[in-house]
Amino acid sequence: MKLLVCITKTPETTAKIAFTDGDSKFDENGVQFIMNPYDEWYALVRALELKEQAGGTVTVVNVGPASNDVIIRKALAIGADDAVRINAEPLSAEHVAANIANYTRDKGYDIIFSGKESIDYNGSEVGGMIAGHLDIPFVSYASHMDHDGSSATISRDIEGGVEVLKIEGAFVVSAAKGLAEQRIPNMRGIMMAKRKPLEVVDPTVSESKTSVVGFELPPVKGGIKMIDPEDMDELVRLLHEEAKVI
Amino acid sequence: MSVVVLAEHTGGKFKKAAFEAVHYGHLTAQSLGGNCIAVVVGNSDDARQLGVYGASKVVKVPYEGPFDSRIYAHALGAVASQNSAHTIVVNHSSTGKSLCGRLSVQWDAGSLSQVNSVPVTNEAGISVKKPVFSGKAVATFKIEGPRRVLSLMGNAIAPQEVSSPCPVEESAIELPDSQVSVVETKTVDGVVPLPEAELVVSAGRGMKGPENWGIIEELATTIGATTACSRPVADTGWRPHHEHVGQTGVAIRPNLYIAAGISGAIQHLAGVNSSKCIVVINKDPEAPFFKVADYGVCADLFDVVPRLTEAFRKFKSQ
Repeated sequence: MKLLVCITKTPETTAKIAFTDGDSKFDENGVQFIMNPYDEWYALVRALELKEQAGGTVTVVNVGPASNDVIIRKALAIGADDAVRINAEPLSAEHVAANIANYTRDKGYDIIFSGKESIDYNGSEVGGMIAGHLDIPFVSYASHMDHDGSSATISRDIEGGVEVLKIEGAFVVSAAKGLAEQRIPNMRGIMMAKRKPLEVVDPTVSESKTSVVGFELPPVKGGIKMIDPEDMDELVRLLHEEAKVI
Repeated sequence: MSVVVLAEHTGGKFKKAAFEAVHYGHLTAQSLGGNCIAVVVGNSDDARQLGVYGASKVVKVPYEGPFDSRIYAHALGAVASQNSAHTIVVNHSSTGKSLCGRLSVQWDAGSLSQVNSVPVTNEAGISVKKPVFSGKAVATFKIEGPRRVLSLMGNAIAPQEVSSPCPVEESAIELPDSQVSVVETKTVDGVVPLPEAELVVSAGRGMKGPENWGIIEELATTIGATTACSRPVADTGWRPHHEHVGQTGVAIRPNLYIAAGISGAIQHLAGVNSSKCIVVINKDPEAPFFKVADYGVCADLFDVVPRLTEAFRKFKSQ
């Protein structure tokens, strides 16, 4: 099987969120960047497992500048066979998806993976957009997937449970927790990753209809009110009269 | 000119999210111009009631198959084009997340997911806000071009009754064949799903074991809340996976989130920090959760939770 995994770069989960240039840009100062956890832990690892079962190749694709090579090499160290970097500063989900879709068009991938969302913009859009461009099915938030070589059985998370689907032919899937278990790259993987091919291609799309105008931090909470553990009537009263949630 | 809104239903029953989306569509039409048209895919109960929340008419698209983003995108795009829509609204639900990106490509529109404000027109064009960095900031986005697709964050806009029932028309749109088939659907019946719940009672490792969950369930039942849990609890199988809230689990935004025996790691907070009111019960005064809570009780949850249930009971009976 020919498998493609879309990966993106995000600030590390615990990074301090601050903005510069009149709150128009994310402040990268002192921030460590990582591969988006859903892309790494679930999408990439499930692709590798399918390859180990059935044979084939796993390619990772990223839209980004040369500084993204660090996370791409990590994906190669975890086990991807080769990588493609579409050399452009990502503008939006629309821009990333259009470039990836154009790149894949004549390549015949059986499954295209992404994470369920990126932990920075939380958009959850790239997978569906790629599927739209290629006119193939899209399954979001997959928490389980089996593939018998011609059809896939996928559980996707829905409100309060899961829906189990069957799909024939090529499709796009976004990966949620449960799809696979995180793998830590070993020394051999890290050494091999240095020699694996990383192709850099030019973008085919350079516009986006959507762009960020500015950021703001959410209003600071008024501080906590500690309640006497013996007096839960007081807590209920506050929830009713002050917070007005009961 | 119009705003087209997908009104989601389960087995014919409209979800609260459908009323939120329709009302948001109504507000968006007031802001950007035109009227609000609700789209119902498949058979639903009384669709005219969507008019109460601001729809000027409902278009029913006959369809019997499973949810398939390609088919829903086709249906919405067709209704939108027939009614010269400038905006399509869906919920940021499992359905909407599957739809929003694809629909924007198929309908050639700009898109933004998980918005929590009504779009406005200003000198920059049309702009709209959404939470980013897992709720740690809010970003304003500009969307250029004549068309846009928006997915609305749950519990962000309160559905308000603004009008009366509206006419319903049947659409004769030809839909493509589905490329997916549903083998089975496994959901918990009779419980409000977490992303739609207004009240949530959640517990973590402080519970010491799955056999102790009775007091959490009792508290939840007393106030009509949905139960949730932290990641370690779901990972060890104490509670089902779909109850896990946090960064890797479900992100929620209830009116009230009660967390018992959860320390409040940053990954947990990322999934719950948009809750309107947070109550933390923890015997560790250093638990980071206290820093973001509105109300805190620093004591043993096994004493506090039953006492709180009792207090709610007393309140309800008054």
